[in-house]
Amino acid sequence: MENEAGALSRVAGLFSARGYNIESLSVAPTEDPTLSRMTVVTIGSDEVVEQVTKQLNKLIEVVKIIDLNEGNHIERELMLVKVRAIGSDREEIKRLVEIFRGCIIDVTDKSYTIELTGTSSKLDAFLEAVERSAVLETVRTGASGIGRGEWILKV
Amino acid sequence: MSVELTGAEITIRCLQEEGVHCIFGYPGGAVLFIYDELFKQDKVRHILVRHEQAAVHAADGYARSSNNVGVALVTSGPGVTNAVTGIATAYMDSIPMVIISGQVPTSAIGLDAFQEVDTVGITRPCVKHNFLVKDITELAQTIKKAFYIASTGRPGPVLVDIPKDVSQQKTKFAYPDKITMRSYNPVTKGHSRQIKRAAELILSAKRPVIYAGGGVILSDAAPQLTELVQMLNFPCTNTLMGLGGYPATDKQSLGMLGMHGTYEANMAMQYCDVLVAVGARFDDRVIGNPKHFSNENRKIIHIDIDPSSISKRVKVDVPIVGDVLDVLKELIKLLKAGKEKPDQVALKEWWKQIELWRERDCLKYDRESKIIKPQMVIEKLFNITKGDAFITSDVGQHQMWAAQFYKFDKPRRWINSGGLGTMGFGMPAAMGVQLANPKGKVACITGEASIQMCIQELSTCKQYKLPLKIVNLNNRYMGMVRQWQEFFHGNRYAESYMNALPDFVKLAESYGHIGMKIERPEDVEGALKEAFKLKDQLVFMDFITDQTENVFPMVPGGKGLSEMILV
Repeated sequence: MENEAGALSRVAGLFSARGYNIESLSVAPTEDPTLSRMTVVTIGSDEVVEQVTKQLNKLIEVVKIIDLNEGNHIERELMLVKVRAIGSDREEIKRLVEIFRGCIIDVTDKSYTIELTGTSSKLDAFLEAVERSAVLETVRTGASGIGRGEWILKV
Repeated sequence: MSVELTGAEITIRCLQEEGVHCIFGYPGGAVLFIYDELFKQDKVRHILVRHEQAAVHAADGYARSSNNVGVALVTSGPGVTNAVTGIATAYMDSIPMVIISGQVPTSAIGLDAFQEVDTVGITRPCVKHNFLVKDITELAQTIKKAFYIASTGRPGPVLVDIPKDVSQQKTKFAYPDKITMRSYNPVTKGHSRQIKRAAELILSAKRPVIYAGGGVILSDAAPQLTELVQMLNFPCTNTLMGLGGYPATDKQSLGMLGMHGTYEANMAMQYCDVLVAVGARFDDRVIGNPKHFSNENRKIIHIDIDPSSISKRVKVDVPIVGDVLDVLKELIKLLKAGKEKPDQVALKEWWKQIELWRERDCLKYDRESKIIKPQMVIEKLFNITKGDAFITSDVGQHQMWAAQFYKFDKPRRWINSGGLGTMGFGMPAAMGVQLANPKGKVACITGEASIQMCIQELSTCKQYKLPLKIVNLNNRYMGMVRQWQEFFHGNRYAESYMNALPDFVKLAESYGHIGMKIERPEDVEGALKEAFKLKDQLVFMDFITDQTENVFPMVPGGKGLSEMILV
C-alpha cells in the first residue's frame, strides 16, 4: 500500500466496520520508501476471505493484495520474551532456547530476555515448553509473510 | 513564470477547471479565505443553505439529476459533523460528490482547538476516499484526484480537508490535465469471455428476469437496458434506486421489486430460471432473506462495476465486473450478431404466468374513500405532470408509495435516499435538482415527520426563488414506523405519533411561499393543478391523508421474497 498517513487506520477501520477478525497485523515501509507492506492474518470462511480481499482492494491506498494461502508461502514472527531464570532453571532455559533456535539477548542474575523467530505456532510451542510461572513478559510482532521460490509480489 | 496563488484561490480555480457551476455551503472560521475568493469571482455560484446537512443533500440532488459531480463546502468542526449524514447518504447510493471542508490551522491540529474535529477520521467509513491537505503544493493535485476518484469506477463522495493556513499560503498554480494512480485503476470493460457466457445463458433461459438497479442510472445505460429488454422480450424489474432505468409504463416492466415491490416482480424473481442482475446488489430490502432466495434453482448473471458487490449476499454463476454501459453494449452486440433466440414457446408460457401474477392487482387501494388516500395523490401528481417531473422524496411510507405509483419512464427523475434511508433528504435534494434543471418541474413527496428534519431550507428556497412543489402526505404519524408497530409490535404506537404539528400553510407563508391545506379527495386534483400553474412559486401542499393506510405488498424483514403480505 501507499506509505501515507492514515493508510493503516483505513485498513484497521475496514476490519472493525465490517466485523472481520484481525489476528495480527504487521506493517513497515519497503525498499521503495513510497510503499509499505502489510501482512494481515485473519480467520474466516472462503467467502469471508474473498470479501475481505475485495473490500481491501477498494481502499484507494491499497496497491496490491495477495492471499498467501493460495500458494506456498513462508511466514515468520518475532517474539521477545522475558523469563525468570534462577538457579538450575538457568541451564534448563538455555537448553530450551537452543532447541528452539532462539538466542538470549539480555541477561540479569534473575532473568533472561530471549529472542525467537518462527511461525506463530512455534512461538506458542516455546511458551508452552517454558514453565508458565517463569514467563514474565512477552511481546510479539505478528506474522510477516512472503511467497516461496522465485515468485515475487510486483506492483 | 506563473504567479503564485493562495490556497483559497487555488481551490476556487480548481472548481472552475472542473467545470463546476454551482456549489452548496455554509461559511465559518476555517473557510473564510475560501469564501473570500468565492466572493471575488462569478464563475462558481454559491448557494447558501441553512444547515450543512442540506448543503450535502442539495449537492447530492444536483449530482443525481445531472450526472455532474456535486460539490459542497463546509467549515471545520460542527460544519463537518452536520455534513456527515449527507455524506453517508451519498456514499450508500454511490453518488459522485466532492466535499471541501475547512480545518483548523496545521499548527493547531491535535490540540483540541476551537471547532476542531478529526474530519478525516470521522468521515473515513462513509467516503470513497478522503484527504487532509497539509502541504499547499499538493492542493491542486489533491482536488484533481478527488474529482477523479468521485466520478470514476463505482462513484462516491470524496472529502478534501483544507487547514486554514493552507488556504492562506501561496504557491504556483498548475492544474493537472489528468491523473494516474498506481493504486486506483477501476475496471470499465467487462471480460469478453464472461459476456459470451452470459449471452449463452440468456439464450438458454425459459423463465428469465432482468433485475436492474441504480448502476444503470449511474452509468447512463438506460437506453441500452431498454434495448436489451425489448430485443429479448424479457420481463424487467427495477430496484428502488433503479427506477427510470427501464420505462415503468411499458408492458415489459414488472415495476419495483423488494420489500414493497409488486407481487409479479417478487414472484418472477423467486421463480425465474435465469436472473440477469444489472448494476444491482441483492441487498436485504430487495431479496429479503438470502437463504430463502437461494432455495430456488436458478442461474444468475451479475454485472457490476464493484467486484465486492458480486457474490456478497448471493452466489452468482456468471460474474461480470465492468461498467454497466460498456458491458450492456457488448452483450447487445453479441446477441445481435448471433442468429439464436431464446425459446419463444417457453417465454410465452412465462409471460402467461406473469400475467396471472399481475392479475392479483397488488397495488389496489380504496379509490372511493372519503378520506384522501396517499396513493391517489401520487397518481394524480403523475397524471398532472405527465410523468415528466423530477420527484424527490424523504423516507418512509410516502417514499414507497411514490416509488410504486409514480411511473418513471426516464432515468435521473427519481431522487431518493435508498441505501441510508435519510429522513430530511427530500427538500434539500429538490433544491439541488431545481438548480441543475432550472426549467424542470420539481416535486418533493414527503411526510409531516420527514419534512420537519430539514424544514429550515424553506428559507433557502425563498432566497434563491426555487419553485419547488412540496407534496406533504400528512397522516399525523411516522407512517412506516406506525405500520411496523401495527404489524409486529401489537399496535403499540410508541412515540410514532407526530404531536404538536405546525400549521404548514402558515409556516410556508411565513417564508413567503404559498401554502395549501387539502382535506377532501375531490380537492386533490385541483390543488395540484393550481400548484403547478404557479410556476415561480414554491407551493407547500399539506394533504391530510388516511392515518391507517399501509404500504402493500410487504415482505416482512427476514422473510423470503414470495412471503408477501398482500392487501
